[in-house]
Amino acid sequence: MADTQQAVVTPDSKVEGNVIFTRVDSAINWMRKNSLWPMPMGLACCAIELMATGASRFDISRFGAEVMRFSPRQSDVMIVAGTVTYKMALAVRRIWDQMPEPKWCIAMGACASSGGMYRSYAVLQGIDRLIPVDVYVSGCPPRPEALLEGLMKLQRKIEGEQSTLAQLRNPNADDDTDAVTEIEAAKANA
Amino acid sequence: MNAQQAAEKLSADIDGAKVVEFRDEHTLIVTRDTAKDVLRRCRDEFGFDFLTDVCSLDHFGDDPRFEMVYELYSMERHDHLRIRFPLSEEEKPDTVSDLWPTANWHERECYDMMGIEFEGHPDMTRILMWEGYPFFPLRKDFPLAGRESDMPDVAFTNPAPLAGGPFVTSPSDASTLHREPRSREMD
Repeated sequence: MADTQQAVVTPDSKVEGNVIFTRVDSAINWMRKNSLWPMPMGLACCAIELMATGASRFDISRFGAEVMRFSPRQSDVMIVAGTVTYKMALAVRRIWDQMPEPKWCIAMGACASSGGMYRSYAVLQGIDRLIPVDVYVSGCPPRPEALLEGLMKLQRKIEGEQSTLAQLRNPNADDDTDAVTEIEAAKANA
Repeated sequence: MNAQQAAEKLSADIDGAKVVEFRDEHTLIVTRDTAKDVLRRCRDEFGFDFLTDVCSLDHFGDDPRFEMVYELYSMERHDHLRIRFPLSEEEKPDTVSDLWPTANWHERECYDMMGIEFEGHPDMTRILMWEGYPFFPLRKDFPLAGRESDMPDVAFTNPAPLAGGPFVTSPSDASTLHREPRSREMD
Protein backbone atom coordinates (compact mmCIF):
# COMPACT_ATOMS: atom_id res chain seq x y z
CA MET A 1 0.00 0.00 0.00
CA ALA A 2 2.63 2.44 1.03
CA ASP A 3 4.71 1.79 -2.11
CA THR A 4 2.04 2.85 -4.56
CA GLN A 5 1.14 5.96 -2.56
CA GLN A 6 4.72 7.17 -2.18
CA ALA A 7 5.29 6.92 -5.88
CA VAL A 8 2.88 9.76 -6.51
CA VAL A 9 3.45 12.08 -3.52
CA THR A 10 5.77 15.08 -3.72
CA PRO A 11 9.39 14.51 -2.70
CA ASP A 12 10.06 14.46 1.05
CA SER A 13 10.73 18.09 1.87
CA LYS A 14 12.72 17.05 4.93
CA VAL A 15 15.36 15.39 2.77
CA GLU A 16 15.17 17.18 -0.53
CA GLY A 17 17.49 20.17 -0.70
CA ASN A 18 19.40 19.04 2.40
CA VAL A 19 21.52 16.40 0.75
CA ILE A 20 25.11 17.51 0.22
CA PHE A 21 27.67 15.65 -1.82
CA THR A 22 31.20 15.94 -0.46
CA ARG A 23 34.33 14.03 0.40
CA VAL A 24 34.71 12.29 3.74
CA ASP A 25 37.82 14.35 4.46
CA SER A 26 35.96 17.60 3.93
CA ALA A 27 33.01 16.48 6.00
CA ILE A 28 35.21 15.36 8.87
CA ASN A 29 37.29 18.53 8.73
CA TRP A 30 34.14 20.64 8.70
CA MET A 31 32.85 18.88 11.80
CA ARG A 32 36.19 19.08 13.57
CA LYS A 33 36.84 22.73 12.90
CA ASN A 34 33.44 23.87 14.09
CA SER A 35 33.59 22.00 17.35
CA LEU A 36 37.02 22.61 18.83
CA TRP A 37 36.89 21.94 22.52
CA PRO A 38 39.70 23.89 24.15
CA MET A 39 41.90 22.77 27.00
CA PRO A 40 42.50 26.11 28.73
CA MET A 41 46.09 26.03 29.93
CA GLY A 42 45.92 29.37 31.75
CA LEU A 43 49.28 30.08 33.34
CA ALA A 44 49.45 33.86 33.63
CA CYS A 45 47.77 37.11 32.60
CA CYS A 46 46.93 35.74 29.12
CA ALA A 47 44.42 33.54 30.90
CA ILE A 48 42.42 36.67 31.80
CA GLU A 49 42.13 37.53 28.12
CA LEU A 50 41.26 33.91 27.43
CA MET A 51 38.42 34.20 29.93
CA ALA A 52 37.28 37.43 28.26
CA THR A 53 37.32 35.60 24.93
CA GLY A 54 35.02 33.01 26.41
CA ALA A 55 32.67 35.55 27.99
CA SER A 56 29.68 37.28 26.44
CA ARG A 57 31.34 40.28 24.78
CA PHE A 58 33.70 38.30 22.55
CA ASP A 59 31.88 34.99 22.76
CA ILE A 60 34.15 32.25 21.50
CA SER A 61 31.08 30.04 21.08
CA ARG A 62 30.43 31.82 17.75
CA PHE A 63 33.30 29.64 16.52
CA GLY A 64 32.17 26.48 18.23
CA ALA A 65 34.97 26.54 20.78
CA GLU A 66 33.09 27.47 23.93
CA VAL A 67 33.28 24.09 25.62
CA MET A 68 36.30 24.65 27.85
CA ARG A 69 37.25 21.21 29.04
CA PHE A 70 39.34 20.97 32.15
CA SER A 71 39.82 17.31 31.37
CA PRO A 72 42.49 16.76 28.72
CA ARG A 73 40.81 13.54 27.60
CA GLN A 74 37.87 15.49 26.18
CA SER A 75 39.83 18.31 24.54
CA ASP A 76 40.85 19.05 20.97
CA VAL A 77 42.95 22.20 21.20
CA MET A 78 45.26 23.24 23.99
CA ILE A 79 45.45 27.00 24.41
CA VAL A 80 48.69 27.68 26.25
CA ALA A 81 47.97 31.08 27.75
CA GLY A 82 50.83 32.44 29.80
CA THR A 83 54.37 32.05 31.03
CA VAL A 84 55.56 28.48 31.01
CA THR A 85 58.09 28.03 33.80
CA TYR A 86 60.38 25.04 33.74
CA LYS A 87 58.62 23.76 36.83
CA MET A 88 55.25 23.88 35.03
CA ALA A 89 56.57 22.80 31.64
CA LEU A 90 56.51 19.08 32.21
CA ALA A 91 52.99 19.27 33.65
CA VAL A 92 51.88 21.03 30.45
CA ARG A 93 53.59 18.31 28.45
CA ARG A 94 51.88 15.61 30.48
CA ILE A 95 48.44 17.12 29.95
CA TRP A 96 49.21 17.41 26.22
CA ASP A 97 50.14 13.72 26.15
CA GLN A 98 46.81 12.87 27.78
CA MET A 99 44.82 14.60 25.04
CA PRO A 100 43.53 12.21 22.38
CA GLU A 101 44.38 12.67 18.71
CA PRO A 102 43.57 14.64 16.66
CA LYS A 103 44.79 17.58 18.72
CA TRP A 104 46.07 21.05 18.08
CA CYS A 105 47.90 23.68 20.06
CA ILE A 106 47.62 27.46 20.15
CA ALA A 107 50.51 29.32 21.79
CA MET A 108 48.76 32.41 23.11
CA GLY A 109 50.92 35.46 23.74
CA ALA A 110 54.61 36.28 23.79
CA CYS A 111 55.54 34.08 26.75
CA ALA A 112 54.02 30.86 25.47
CA SER A 113 55.43 31.53 22.00
CA SER A 114 58.99 32.52 22.88
CA GLY A 115 59.44 33.09 26.60
CA GLY A 116 58.46 36.73 26.01
CA MET A 117 60.11 39.22 28.30
CA TYR A 118 61.20 36.46 30.65
CA ARG A 119 64.72 35.77 29.43
CA SER A 120 65.51 33.99 32.62
CA TYR A 121 66.71 30.81 34.23
CA ALA A 122 63.18 29.92 35.31
CA VAL A 123 61.19 30.19 32.07
CA LEU A 124 60.93 27.82 29.13
CA GLN A 125 61.70 29.84 26.00
CA GLY A 126 58.59 28.89 24.07
CA ILE A 127 56.20 25.97 24.53
CA ASP A 128 57.15 24.74 21.05
CA ARG A 129 60.30 23.33 22.65
CA LEU A 130 58.10 20.71 24.26
CA ILE A 131 54.95 20.31 22.17
CA PRO A 132 54.12 21.05 18.52
CA VAL A 133 52.36 24.40 18.07
CA ASP A 134 49.89 25.04 15.24
CA VAL A 135 49.16 28.73 15.72
CA TYR A 136 51.12 31.45 17.50
CA VAL A 137 49.19 34.49 18.69
CA SER A 138 51.30 37.60 19.27
CA GLY A 139 50.60 40.12 22.00
CA CYS A 140 51.38 40.68 25.64
CA PRO A 141 48.69 39.68 26.36
CA PRO A 142 46.85 39.40 23.02
CA ARG A 143 43.43 40.99 22.88
CA PRO A 144 40.48 38.57 22.61
CA GLU A 145 40.11 39.49 18.94
CA ALA A 146 43.65 38.28 18.35
CA LEU A 147 42.91 34.95 19.98
CA LEU A 148 39.75 34.62 17.88
CA GLU A 149 41.82 35.38 14.79
CA GLY A 150 44.23 32.64 15.87
CA LEU A 151 41.34 30.27 16.31
CA MET A 152 40.04 31.08 12.82
CA LYS A 153 43.53 30.50 11.44
CA LEU A 154 43.50 27.12 13.12
CA GLN A 155 40.07 26.38 11.64
CA ARG A 156 41.42 27.24 8.20
CA LYS A 157 44.33 24.93 8.82
CA ILE A 158 42.02 22.09 9.84
CA GLU A 159 39.95 22.65 6.68
CA GLY A 160 42.96 21.68 4.63
CA GLU A 161 43.90 18.55 6.54
CA GLN A 162 43.90 15.22 4.77
CA SER A 163 43.26 11.69 5.92
CA THR A 164 46.20 9.32 6.00
CA LEU A 165 44.75 7.48 3.04
CA ALA A 166 44.56 10.64 0.97
CA GLN A 167 48.13 11.51 1.93
CA LEU A 168 49.29 8.06 0.81
CA ARG A 169 47.48 8.39 -2.51
CA ASN A 170 48.89 11.80 -3.21
CA PRO A 171 52.22 12.06 -1.42
CA ASN A 172 53.19 15.32 -3.13
CA ALA A 173 50.33 17.27 -1.60
CA ASP A 174 51.40 16.64 1.98
CA ASP A 175 51.65 20.33 2.75
CA ASP A 176 48.53 21.76 4.39
CA THR A 177 49.06 25.19 2.90
CA ASP A 178 48.38 23.95 -0.63
CA ALA A 179 44.95 22.75 0.34
CA VAL A 180 44.23 25.98 2.21
CA THR A 181 45.21 28.09 -0.79
CA GLU A 182 43.06 25.86 -2.96
CA ILE A 183 40.05 26.36 -0.70
CA GLU A 184 40.60 30.11 -0.49
CA ALA A 185 40.91 30.34 -4.28
CA ALA A 186 37.68 28.36 -4.65
CA LYS A 187 35.95 30.72 -2.21
CA ALA A 188 37.20 33.74 -4.11
CA ASN A 189 35.86 32.33 -7.37
CA ALA A 190 32.45 31.42 -5.93
CA MET B 1 57.60 52.13 73.17
CA ASN B 2 58.13 52.60 69.45
CA ALA B 3 60.57 51.03 67.02
CA GLN B 4 63.21 53.70 67.55
CA GLN B 5 63.21 53.25 71.32
CA ALA B 6 63.27 49.48 70.93
CA ALA B 7 66.23 49.68 68.57
CA GLU B 8 68.11 52.01 70.92
CA LYS B 9 67.43 49.84 73.94
CA LEU B 10 68.58 46.73 72.10
CA SER B 11 71.73 48.38 70.76
CA ALA B 12 72.65 49.44 74.28
CA ASP B 13 72.21 45.86 75.56
CA ILE B 14 73.86 43.95 72.73
CA ASP B 15 77.59 44.01 71.96
CA GLY B 16 78.46 45.31 68.53
CA ALA B 17 74.91 46.41 67.70
CA LYS B 18 74.31 49.61 65.77
CA VAL B 19 71.20 51.61 64.92
CA VAL B 20 70.81 53.19 61.51
CA GLU B 21 68.01 55.61 60.70
CA PHE B 22 67.00 56.49 57.18
CA ARG B 23 63.83 58.45 56.46
CA ASP B 24 62.13 57.33 59.67
CA GLU B 25 63.01 53.70 59.05
CA HIS B 26 64.98 52.11 61.87
CA THR B 27 67.48 49.37 61.26
CA LEU B 28 69.38 47.49 63.90
CA ILE B 29 72.61 45.94 62.66
CA VAL B 30 73.77 43.00 64.76
CA THR B 31 75.94 39.90 64.31
CA ARG B 32 75.07 36.35 63.35
CA ASP B 33 75.56 35.08 66.92
CA THR B 34 73.36 37.66 68.63
CA ALA B 35 70.66 37.81 65.96
CA LYS B 36 68.43 35.06 67.30
CA ASP B 37 68.33 36.58 70.80
CA VAL B 38 67.64 40.02 69.39
CA LEU B 39 64.79 38.70 67.27
CA ARG B 40 63.32 36.80 70.19
CA ARG B 41 63.45 39.91 72.38
CA CYS B 42 61.86 41.96 69.60
CA ARG B 43 58.94 39.60 69.59
CA ASP B 44 58.57 39.02 73.33
CA GLU B 45 59.59 42.35 74.88
CA PHE B 46 58.88 44.88 72.16
CA GLY B 47 55.75 43.45 70.63
CA PHE B 48 56.91 42.86 67.06
CA ASP B 49 54.42 40.08 66.54
CA PHE B 50 54.56 39.91 62.74
CA LEU B 51 57.54 38.91 60.62
CA THR B 52 56.93 40.60 57.27
CA ASP B 53 59.88 39.19 55.39
CA VAL B 54 63.16 37.37 55.63
CA CYS B 55 65.55 38.03 52.80
CA SER B 56 69.20 37.78 51.96
CA LEU B 57 71.56 40.00 50.01
CA ASP B 58 74.55 38.89 48.00
CA HIS B 59 77.36 41.45 48.17
CA PHE B 60 79.42 39.56 45.63
CA GLY B 61 83.11 40.41 45.94
CA ASP B 62 82.80 41.68 49.52
CA ASP B 63 83.70 39.82 52.67
CA PRO B 64 81.51 38.66 54.34
CA ARG B 65 79.57 37.91 51.20
CA PHE B 66 75.97 37.69 52.38
CA GLU B 67 73.67 39.74 54.54
CA MET B 68 70.42 38.66 56.18
CA VAL B 69 67.52 41.09 56.53
CA TYR B 70 64.50 40.59 58.79
CA GLU B 71 61.53 42.94 58.51
CA LEU B 72 59.48 43.11 61.69
CA TYR B 73 56.10 44.72 62.22
CA SER B 74 53.97 45.40 65.23
CA MET B 75 50.30 44.85 64.56
CA GLU B 76 49.39 46.86 67.63
CA ARG B 77 51.55 49.96 67.13
CA HIS B 78 51.82 49.77 63.33
CA ASP B 79 55.56 50.32 63.24
CA HIS B 80 58.43 48.61 61.51
CA LEU B 81 61.86 47.52 62.60
CA ARG B 82 64.53 46.04 60.39
CA ILE B 83 67.22 43.69 61.73
CA ARG B 84 70.31 43.05 59.61
CA PHE B 85 73.46 41.06 60.04
CA PRO B 86 76.38 40.11 57.77
CA LEU B 87 77.05 36.47 57.02
CA SER B 88 80.04 34.77 55.47
CA GLU B 89 79.70 31.96 52.95
CA GLU B 90 80.59 29.28 55.50
CA GLU B 91 78.18 30.45 58.21
CA LYS B 92 74.63 29.29 58.74
CA PRO B 93 72.13 31.58 60.48
CA ASP B 94 69.78 30.18 63.12
CA THR B 95 66.22 29.59 62.02
CA VAL B 96 63.51 31.82 63.44
CA SER B 97 60.72 29.52 62.29
CA ASP B 98 60.18 28.59 65.96
CA LEU B 99 59.50 32.27 66.76
CA TRP B 100 57.35 33.10 63.73
CA PRO B 101 56.04 30.09 61.79
CA THR B 102 55.94 32.23 58.65
CA ALA B 103 59.74 32.20 58.61
CA ASN B 104 59.64 28.57 57.53
CA TRP B 105 58.86 29.34 53.88
CA HIS B 106 60.86 32.59 53.79
CA GLU B 107 63.95 30.72 54.91
CA ARG B 108 63.34 27.95 52.40
CA GLU B 109 63.22 30.62 49.71
CA CYS B 110 66.53 32.07 50.94
CA TYR B 111 68.00 28.60 50.73
CA ASP B 112 66.52 27.96 47.29
CA MET B 113 67.65 31.23 45.72
CA MET B 114 70.89 32.04 47.61
CA GLY B 115 72.04 28.74 49.05
CA ILE B 116 71.95 29.95 52.65
CA GLU B 117 71.13 27.06 54.96
CA PHE B 118 69.43 27.68 58.28
CA GLU B 119 70.47 25.95 61.48
CA GLY B 120 67.56 24.13 63.14
CA HIS B 121 65.05 24.56 60.28
CA PRO B 122 62.47 21.74 60.29
CA ASP B 123 62.46 21.25 56.49
CA MET B 124 65.45 22.78 54.72
CA THR B 125 64.38 21.96 51.15
CA ARG B 126 63.87 23.99 48.00
CA ILE B 127 60.55 25.79 47.60
CA LEU B 128 60.44 27.33 44.09
CA MET B 129 62.91 25.27 42.10
CA TRP B 130 62.78 21.48 42.27
CA GLU B 131 64.84 19.23 44.50
CA GLY B 132 67.96 18.37 42.59
CA TYR B 133 68.32 21.68 40.75
CA PRO B 134 72.06 22.24 41.08
CA PHE B 135 72.31 26.05 41.24
CA PHE B 136 71.29 28.99 43.43
CA PRO B 137 69.92 31.40 40.83
CA LEU B 138 69.79 34.69 42.75
CA ARG B 139 73.50 34.67 43.53
CA LYS B 140 75.30 37.44 41.70
CA ASP B 141 77.68 35.01 39.97
CA PHE B 142 74.76 33.09 38.45
CA PRO B 143 73.90 34.35 34.96
CA LEU B 144 70.35 35.62 34.46
CA ALA B 145 70.08 33.47 31.36
CA GLY B 146 70.47 30.41 33.54
CA ARG B 147 72.64 27.36 33.09
CA GLU B 148 71.92 24.03 31.53
CA SER B 149 70.65 21.34 33.87
CA ASP B 150 68.86 18.08 33.34
CA MET B 151 67.08 15.61 35.56
CA PRO B 152 65.53 13.03 33.24
CA ASP B 153 61.71 12.92 33.62
CA VAL B 154 61.79 15.56 36.37
CA ALA B 155 62.91 18.83 34.87
CA PHE B 156 65.46 20.48 32.65
CA THR B 157 66.69 24.00 32.01
CA ASN B 158 68.43 25.66 29.10
CA PRO B 159 70.11 29.06 29.01
CA ALA B 160 67.78 31.76 27.68
CA PRO B 161 68.88 33.94 24.75
CA LEU B 162 69.51 37.33 26.32
CA ALA B 163 70.68 39.09 23.15
CA GLY B 164 72.41 41.73 25.23
CA GLY B 165 69.14 42.80 26.79
CA PRO B 166 68.71 44.93 29.89
CA PHE B 167 68.68 43.76 33.50
CA VAL B 168 71.61 41.43 32.87
CA THR B 169 73.98 41.22 35.82
CA SER B 170 77.68 40.70 35.20
CA PRO B 171 79.50 39.06 38.08
CA SER B 172 81.93 41.69 39.32
CA ASP B 173 82.44 43.89 42.35
CA ALA B 174 81.92 47.06 40.34
CA SER B 175 79.05 49.37 41.28
CA THR B 176 75.47 48.41 40.51
CA LEU B 177 75.44 50.90 37.65
CA HIS B 178 78.15 48.93 35.91
CA ARG B 179 76.94 45.51 36.97
CA GLU B 180 73.35 46.03 35.91
CA PRO B 181 73.13 48.83 33.33
CA ARG B 182 69.73 49.89 32.04
CA SER B 183 70.83 49.06 28.53
CA ARG B 184 73.78 47.44 26.88
CA GLU B 185 75.59 47.81 23.60
CA MET B 186 74.59 45.08 21.23
CA ASP B 187 77.45 43.00 19.81
